[in-house]
Amino acid sequence: MNKQVELKGKRVIASKHVKLGQKNRKGQTYTDINDIFYKAEQTPNFLTGSEVIKEAIRRASVGTSVAYPITPQSEAAALIGELYAEDYLDEYFRGESEFAVMGQCAGASFGGHRVFTTTAGPGTLRAMENFPMWAGSRLPIQVCVTCRGINSPLSIQPDTLEMHYLLETGMLVWHAETAQDLYDYILKGFIVAEQPDVHVPIAVCCDGFFVTHTKDTVDLSPEELCLTPYNPYESPVTCMDMEIAPYRMMRDPFVMKSNYINYSTHASWQQEIKAAVERSRKHTIALLDGLIDEQNSDREILIVTSGTAVSQSREAIRLLEEEGIKVGLVKIKTVRPFPYEEIKRATKHAKHIFVPEFNVAGWMAREIKSTIPDNERVYCGPHVAGGMTMPSEVIVEEIKTHLGIKTAQNSR
Amino acid sequence: MSHYEVKAGPEAFLPPAAATMGNVLPDPGEAHIGGKIVPEEEAYEHAARKILGAKVPTIFPGPLVLWKWNDHVAAKATAIRELANEVPMRLIPMADYRPKYPKIDAAVEINPNHPNLTIWHNKIDVCIFIGVHCHQANLALKMIRASTSCYTMAMCAMAGHEDACLSFRDADLEKIQRLTAAIKKLKAEGVEVQANSFTQFQMDRSGFVVEPVN
Repeated sequence: MNKQVELKGKRVIASKHVKLGQKNRKGQTYTDINDIFYKAEQTPNFLTGSEVIKEAIRRASVGTSVAYPITPQSEAAALIGELYAEDYLDEYFRGESEFAVMGQCAGASFGGHRVFTTTAGPGTLRAMENFPMWAGSRLPIQVCVTCRGINSPLSIQPDTLEMHYLLETGMLVWHAETAQDLYDYILKGFIVAEQPDVHVPIAVCCDGFFVTHTKDTVDLSPEELCLTPYNPYESPVTCMDMEIAPYRMMRDPFVMKSNYINYSTHASWQQEIKAAVERSRKHTIALLDGLIDEQNSDREILIVTSGTAVSQSREAIRLLEEEGIKVGLVKIKTVRPFPYEEIKRATKHAKHIFVPEFNVAGWMAREIKSTIPDNERVYCGPHVAGGMTMPSEVIVEEIKTHLGIKTAQNSR
Repeated sequence: MSHYEVKAGPEAFLPPAAATMGNVLPDPGEAHIGGKIVPEEEAYEHAARKILGAKVPTIFPGPLVLWKWNDHVAAKATAIRELANEVPMRLIPMADYRPKYPKIDAAVEINPNHPNLTIWHNKIDVCIFIGVHCHQANLALKMIRASTSCYTMAMCAMAGHEDACLSFRDADLEKIQRLTAAIKKLKAEGVEVQANSFTQFQMDRSGFVVEPVN
């Protein structure tokens, strides 16, 4: 289990990039992430989630973005095309499919560019083979996953089942609750993913439609400041060369030569990717101010969840409070790395732990159950799926029913 | 808190990555010994004692210091040579990361896909990785811990290596020279070199100029 990394008032290690303080061709100044978020004034804007993605990328010094825009899943990819037209990106083009997009992203990242793309639902699953390839090749690509239903019949509405498929790909997986989170996580995600000791891809996930298509007030950093560029010389693997690992391994994998040593290399390689995800804790804790947020987590009844289920839970907690039922909240910000120790500590006093989720599988509840002692305390639900909303009243009803408190619904 | 101590092996058929056991990398100005974070100064003396006490202390220089891709690297390579001469330590390069088929020449090279073969062949009991890309160094360090008794150290130019028994971070020219100075200091204090005598091999494109002699 992970060691609790102390925050000690630290920021993530400041950039030493040679371009720090210089201007890019758009007149933006390359600025350390700490200064962008903790020194510069943030200005409120009223934007959709898709527009927030565009504004984050405007400030992210992205080299390449590849799109397979299937609006109305999200307008993000099309909006990034506008940024390309405005000369904020070096390269932008449309892939033939989501699978092709992710392969093309890999090529750009192998070549030393900072790379961003978006996907959702069936697109995520179609592209899936590429995600462990990115991780195994130590490519710090960022994909924004605007979660939606993955199954047939199709749905463009939010459903977080696709996040479950991403958990063991070797990527960092962060889950934004709001458009503000989405903005922050996109910019901070590049910095964490590109740390030389981490250097794996990151999926910044949000609940599609609820976050991408609705408007919210979001504090943006000044448009004149942008992230320092990606530094390929800090990569833990060599620059692109088809004769050298890891690229050579794609056409000549060592596992083809069957002996113990070759299998051992492959196993050690997989361990190293998991280790890289673990190493991201230190940087993530500094930039996100912890892997979880807590609100009255010393209470006997807790809700532990991520994404917009957190927002719905906040209102449910308010409604329960009106009836004299006190409930605490734990918001999970990163699903990979999973905040094992933080959740164990935060749920120490809880007798009942509810895990509302926007998916039919209840994978988050399973993650939590596998983390804490006395896991019969975990109640897997309420669940909605396929793009249903999760009214706060449903959370209230399910908590009261489970606790044996009479409600209009359960006393019928 | 982690209680996982990174020790010389042989540890297990497949030992865990130390990071997944809770070990964290040092911050700037720090190093780790066995997984415990220590001030960098403490690590110089510990590393120097390990090197001086070894029968076959060896430096594994990687591509980042083998090829002159900038002037700083050339200066680092010179400092590595001085470090090796001070003990003396063998220099066995990890020139690239391709698996070597049908068979590695374990006397003159090490490879991250089967590093234990070089450790076994040369009976290396203490080694230092310098200039090896972090991913490949971590692969090798875990495999060495799995099946050999070699004490591993890393002079990493980036964030360090939990999978080494001892690791520095941000290792630039000055830090290599400080390790050499730590060895000189201990020698001046009377600590004797335990290294077996050997002849450092030299090669050019046609093959050996000087063959390795143990």
